[in-house]
Amino acid sequence: MKQFLVFVRKEFLHISRDVRTILILLLMPIVQIVLFGFALTNEVQDVKVLFISNESNETAALINHRILSSPYFIPVESQASATEAENLMKSNQVSLIVNYSRNFNETMVKEGAGQIELIADGSDPNMASAILSYSSAIIAASIKERMPASLENMGKVSLSTELLYNPQMKSSYNFVPGVMGLILMIICAMMTSISIVREKETGTMEILLVSPIRPMFIILSKSVPYFILSVINLATILLLSVYVLKVPVTGSLFWLVMVSFIFIFVSLTLGLLISSITHTQVAAMLISGLALMMPAMLLSGMIFPISNMPELLQVFTKFVPATWYILAVKKLMIQGLPLISEVTEIAAMCPMAAVFLSLSLKQFKYRLE
Amino acid sequence: MNSKESQNRNIIEVESLTKKFGSFTAVNSISFNVKKGEIFGFLGANGAGKTTAIKMLCGLLKPTSGQGTVAGYNIATSPEMVKRNIGYMSQRFSLYQDLKVWENFRLFGGIYGMKSRDIESVTAKMLKDLGFEKERNTVVESLPAGWKQKLAFSVAIMHNPAIVFLDEPTGGVAPEARRQFWELIYLASQKGITVFVTTHYMDEAEYCNRVTIMKDGAIEVIDTPQNLKSNYGVNSMDEVFYELAKV
Repeated sequence: MKQFLVFVRKEFLHISRDVRTILILLLMPIVQIVLFGFALTNEVQDVKVLFISNESNETAALINHRILSSPYFIPVESQASATEAENLMKSNQVSLIVNYSRNFNETMVKEGAGQIELIADGSDPNMASAILSYSSAIIAASIKERMPASLENMGKVSLSTELLYNPQMKSSYNFVPGVMGLILMIICAMMTSISIVREKETGTMEILLVSPIRPMFIILSKSVPYFILSVINLATILLLSVYVLKVPVTGSLFWLVMVSFIFIFVSLTLGLLISSITHTQVAAMLISGLALMMPAMLLSGMIFPISNMPELLQVFTKFVPATWYILAVKKLMIQGLPLISEVTEIAAMCPMAAVFLSLSLKQFKYRLE
Repeated sequence: MNSKESQNRNIIEVESLTKKFGSFTAVNSISFNVKKGEIFGFLGANGAGKTTAIKMLCGLLKPTSGQGTVAGYNIATSPEMVKRNIGYMSQRFSLYQDLKVWENFRLFGGIYGMKSRDIESVTAKMLKDLGFEKERNTVVESLPAGWKQKLAFSVAIMHNPAIVFLDEPTGGVAPEARRQFWELIYLASQKGITVFVTTHYMDEAEYCNRVTIMKDGAIEVIDTPQNLKSNYGVNSMDEVFYELAKV
């Protein structure tokens, strides 16, 4: 046991000597949360909207008023025709065009029908669909208010679907679980594997293997500092997301932390596995980068929805630990579901850890033989 | 364990030690003894089986067949006890470059189960003997190669092992530093620590009490450098090596 403590102290010394790395590790979650939360947002904000209406009409005036009173839209003052308006959109001066059909007011009142053309800039499809669903929801509500009977005859106006869990369409809700998965993966798997492989590369592993210290201790003591770092990062991310991004923890904080511990453990065993099959730090870093980081970012549903992927890829995503973790965090943190709903995710992660651990121990023994 | 050592004048006893990797025989039935306090040179070209033999002696590899005891412990059945009673230093200096000098001492003292008080006194004494007292707080990385090598040797014997294995300890070090290093080896040997050393430098082979030369996994000769030279009728170990390689 004393040997183990001696060794853990050594690992902390290594980390403390490398100030740059430790700063990167501690600042990374802050930077990522801020970037994903504020810079890389697809939230609807300050949408420049241009109304085209040929005659004065009451219904249109009401709709315009409603649209502009929502905080997401700002008006563009212009008497442009439809063609001119499209040119304005090309030059990015307008993001949404609301074009009322001729005699809109009259047809609405008399026949309960009318046409409103909504044109959004499709060069950013996510943004465009968000803008369209917002504005059409507002329009539908206004029309319903003005003439309830006409709801079914709305011509081009479609009803937006209701948004569960994220009524304000804040994209940070989606990113927080993703960032958690990514950061924990990087710290546990990448850093652990690099620090073990470094001993192989410098030749100190040879000395340790000849010494009476147990190989298990060498490996365990490597993971202790990175486990602690991960816990610090987990706390940083949760605090930032609750107090800065205003993403609430609606479910149980205790189970959220527990599920994170399971994921940290999976990542640590992955790091061990990588360190047991590589011989240089560069190789360990490349493998962690390609085999862990890319799937964690691209296949876990963090950025691209899994349901939109080809079936073969969807099967593949099941083998990415981050997929399950991110799902569990979404359920716990954002949807506020009870623990029973996360059983599948937990059940998926545990065998992964067991497989990685037994593979890496087998590999480690093999090397000793 | 001290009583065991004194009963037994041979610190290493090896009998028909063999290691096979699949169909390849890396070490083919070698037998030899090393006496307590002896400086024993273990020579041979690359691929002759030296590393495999040392790994078996250090308890890292299980022999395929044959017997061996190191410091009184069976290398096949109690490798953990073997590990506890040996020191080891390799060509690559064996120290943590990003740790300070005293931190390296503390780490390895701790690994070998030394008490904190003993670690401190041994560290102080060793640094004094080397004249490195000022470098106690220096990060190892910034020391010259020759100094690191002397420190690594001191760390390897700080727990006062029965025997120390040196695997090409002077690789890549200047001739003057090599000579100084051998003075340390002599000092350790005088204190009763057996030294088991492999080297590429044939002039260093002359410093050993006895040498063995391995070839193709087997021991070709084992004798004092003096006897080997006269047997082959040559003037240096270099020529002995050359004569052996010809056969």
